[in-house]
Amino acid sequence: MSRGNSAIADRGFHWLMVLCALCIFAIVVLISTELIAGSHLSWTKFGFKFFYQIFYDPNTNQPLYWDPVNGEFSALPFVFGTLVSSFLGLLMAVPLAIGVAVFLTEMCPAFLRGPLAFLTELLAAIPSVIYGLWAVFILVPILREHVNPLLIRTLGWTGLVSDDNPTGLGFLAAGVILAIMILPIISSLTREVMLAVPHSQREAVLALGATRWEMIRMGVLRNARIGIVGAIILGLGRALGETMAVTMVIGNTPEIHRSLLANGSTMASVIANEYGEASGNLHFSALTEIGLALFIVTIIVNALARILVWAVTRGAPARVS
Amino acid sequence: MKLQQNNFRSKVRSLTDAVASGLAVLSTIIVVAPLVAIFIYLVYKGASSLNLDFFTKIPKPEGEPGGGMANAIVGSGILLALASAIGVPIGIAGGIFLAEFGRGTKLANAVRFTADVLNGVPSIVMGVAAYALIVRPQNHILPFSGHFSAFSGGVALGIMMIPTVCRTTEEMLLMVPHAVREAALALGVPNWRSVLSITVKTASPGIITGCMLAFARVAGETAPLIFTALGNSFWSTSLDRPIAALPLQIYIYAISPYDDLHRLAWAGALVLIVLIVMAVSLVRYVTSRGVLKGAS
Repeated sequence: MSRGNSAIADRGFHWLMVLCALCIFAIVVLISTELIAGSHLSWTKFGFKFFYQIFYDPNTNQPLYWDPVNGEFSALPFVFGTLVSSFLGLLMAVPLAIGVAVFLTEMCPAFLRGPLAFLTELLAAIPSVIYGLWAVFILVPILREHVNPLLIRTLGWTGLVSDDNPTGLGFLAAGVILAIMILPIISSLTREVMLAVPHSQREAVLALGATRWEMIRMGVLRNARIGIVGAIILGLGRALGETMAVTMVIGNTPEIHRSLLANGSTMASVIANEYGEASGNLHFSALTEIGLALFIVTIIVNALARILVWAVTRGAPARVS
Repeated sequence: MKLQQNNFRSKVRSLTDAVASGLAVLSTIIVVAPLVAIFIYLVYKGASSLNLDFFTKIPKPEGEPGGGMANAIVGSGILLALASAIGVPIGIAGGIFLAEFGRGTKLANAVRFTADVLNGVPSIVMGVAAYALIVRPQNHILPFSGHFSAFSGGVALGIMMIPTVCRTTEEMLLMVPHAVREAALALGVPNWRSVLSITVKTASPGIITGCMLAFARVAGETAPLIFTALGNSFWSTSLDRPIAALPLQIYIYAISPYDDLHRLAWAGALVLIVLIVMAVSLVRYVTSRGVLKGAS
């Protein structure tokens, strides 16, 4: 083989690799153009109003958000459902995730650390449809028989829980299953950020006579707080786009209720339910626009989270996963 | 007096310390509990409905007892093979670019960032894009387009594999010491040869691990398949027709009203989770053993 040939081969190989790397950009461009082209019809008909308009049924004067028969579409109930279920999920997951991360980094005996890290890894690897299966047959009956009646008895006066939905499905069920699903990602990232805090910080606080909790609070959590916020935002990104488990337990009605025990629907769940059998071009286009909104929001949320986590772990040794 | 006050404060402080430690332990227990619950139920429900029929028969019509999910297992295999054929080569090549050619360049940083962000895009959006790209157009520019098909499902899953494979490949390649590359180049080996048969080969256990991780992730994906592969109650191995997939059948059976189908769903979930746990354990074993034996 002559030298000239290998130079050509080298350059060819180089550009082949560049081309494959550029595929990643191509995918983003492809997805965006497909979604924008698909949602064109809905965008020209409704404009930005799509995300907040409310229609009223002329006969009963009840609010009507999503009416494929008459061709009237509003994403409001789905935006509401996504926000409420994700917020409920975060509310339950964040304190637990930080607790787990503190336990794993600061106080866990060495022999437990490996198995526990493995368990959280497994929790992240379970497919969402299996969480959904578990939720439908185990979690929802528990909520229906025990938790919901208790909540109605104790918190009924707030108006946030009401007993007009006896199925056990709804926002609360979706929130609980979301919390279980986003816990591993938040806790493993929080752990990573906490590990990136230099040991000298801990030693300095301990040397001043702090107890272990004071050391964690002042020396570790305070230094890692930006990264922890990043981890929480990343968890939020997961929760916003989570589809299967939520679709299986949220009840799937395009309505807005004050009660957390009521049925609802999220942006991802309405796409999962209706996209394959959309009736008419406008219905299809409206669903695509919801998909586009989901795409843009998750990209922003993920980019923000990555920047925050990166800002903290920049100096730390690279991790394998 | 002053001494007593200090004594009191230190008591409060040590109490706070104990309470905080207790809360951390408690939250760990609360987190581990659902996992254990999920596994116990899965094994209990799944094992009691697993039998030979499950692996060899196709589903009976709704409401009739018996039947299995042989077509879904084969279908998942076909979809995953197609997804790997798309995702693995492009992902590995992208990783090679990031680690070997683009180190420190703006382009590499942009690719890395985009891959990370793409990793967080919900899988349902991938399904929507694959539907709009392949299933909906009636002009037949792309192969198998115009209707639900195994091909469109495989493409959606393949696209999802690319960012994961790309990033793990990069991380594994970065662990190969520079001396190895320099030694190869000093012997007059062309650069492409040195990358492929020295660097990539050294890192290959790690790269295979990364591919398996991506594989395990898309193996359980349901959302992108609902309106691409669609599912099928009969035998089908054609790329041009709707095909059954294990996670998809679990979803369809779980929301059906029949007890027999619920049992099939549990059995399918057990099979799926066993496959995934095996993949994750293998990954963990390989990484803990030292990905690059003798390289560091």
